[in-house]
Amino acid sequence: MNSDANPVFTLFWTFALMSLFAVGGANAAIPEMHRIAVDVHHWMTDKQFADVFAISQMSPGPNVLIVTLIGYSVAGVAGALVATLAMCGPTAVLAYYVSRLLARSSHSRWPAIIQAALVPLSIGLMSASGLILTLASDRTWAAGLITAVAAVLAFATRLNPLWMLLAGGCLGFAGVI
Amino acid sequence: MMSLDSPPAAVPAPDIPTSTRPGLIELFVAFAKMSLAGFGGVLVWARRAIVDQHRWMTADEFNETFALCHFLPGPNIVNLSVVFGSRFRGIPGGIAAFTGLVGPPVVIVTILAALYARYGEIDALRRILAGVSCAAVGLLIAVIFRMMMPLIRKRDLVGLVVLVAVFVAVGLLRLPLPAVLLVATPLSIAITIAMRRRVTA
Repeated sequence: MNSDANPVFTLFWTFALMSLFAVGGANAAIPEMHRIAVDVHHWMTDKQFADVFAISQMSPGPNVLIVTLIGYSVAGVAGALVATLAMCGPTAVLAYYVSRLLARSSHSRWPAIIQAALVPLSIGLMSASGLILTLASDRTWAAGLITAVAAVLAFATRLNPLWMLLAGGCLGFAGVI
Repeated sequence: MMSLDSPPAAVPAPDIPTSTRPGLIELFVAFAKMSLAGFGGVLVWARRAIVDQHRWMTADEFNETFALCHFLPGPNIVNLSVVFGSRFRGIPGGIAAFTGLVGPPVVIVTILAALYARYGEIDALRRILAGVSCAAVGLLIAVIFRMMMPLIRKRDLVGLVVLVAVFVAVGLLRLPLPAVLLVATPLSIAITIAMRRRVTA
């Protein structure tokens, strides 16, 4: 373990590498982030990880910004910026080149096959994220109930998600959980 | 959801079928807007802005582009911004969309991170965060089910089996992601090819 090394470098390599394996997006990478931040590097506790997820969901912007929060907790503002760029940069460049490549070979049936094959895979990864986050944040029956109600409302209605986050915050403040 | 604007015939989608080509500033502003509106995920807002509001893409094209970004590694909405921006305005377009999407919220999130580092131990805040995270997990679960619906509707049994297998490997057994992907990706591709052969045969 090179825990003596500059933590900013550790952040950079960790997230740059992770971004290349994060098939299915940021939410699909949450199990891996959890494994690395909590279990491998002990950057944060399980509870803090759930908090950070909550903050990232409460704040505007893509879900990937959970890495900004992880980065900040490891190395302040520099950590936040480095973690964000490391998680977004490499795959952004890759996406650019692959999309150009595919645009040129649009007759090929390979892109369609690969996409069809990867859709269930990435939904499976997101389901794993759902489980890990449920375990990290729902410690009581009331908490589980809030999660279930939010899930049903968000699935069945077009209610703005922000209202559910707000309601969750109020219930939490009231000490229901 | 029904897509009313897609043509009924199987017309191959032209490259850019849409009203106007957005400029650099337009790209930056559009992505900054959807990003800042996108509490709990930007995808919904991106779809709304690109397909419904600006009509820069049809619903099918959006799905295709998103699927590409989904199959590429990394945060898919970030990939989408780069692919989308560069499709209309080359590399500068990609950068404009990317900075619009990521820049403003990073500033906000960094401020929130600083507040959390300082006040995170306050009891009232801990309780609020606990409540918010419960609801946030619920929202995530709803998104997962929405994405699953097409597989269920198509009775895509193979897809669902792959989905469950990945869920068990990563969620229950907590295996490292790279290892799981190295096994699951080629397997899933092989199965997909085999299934398509059987359908066409």
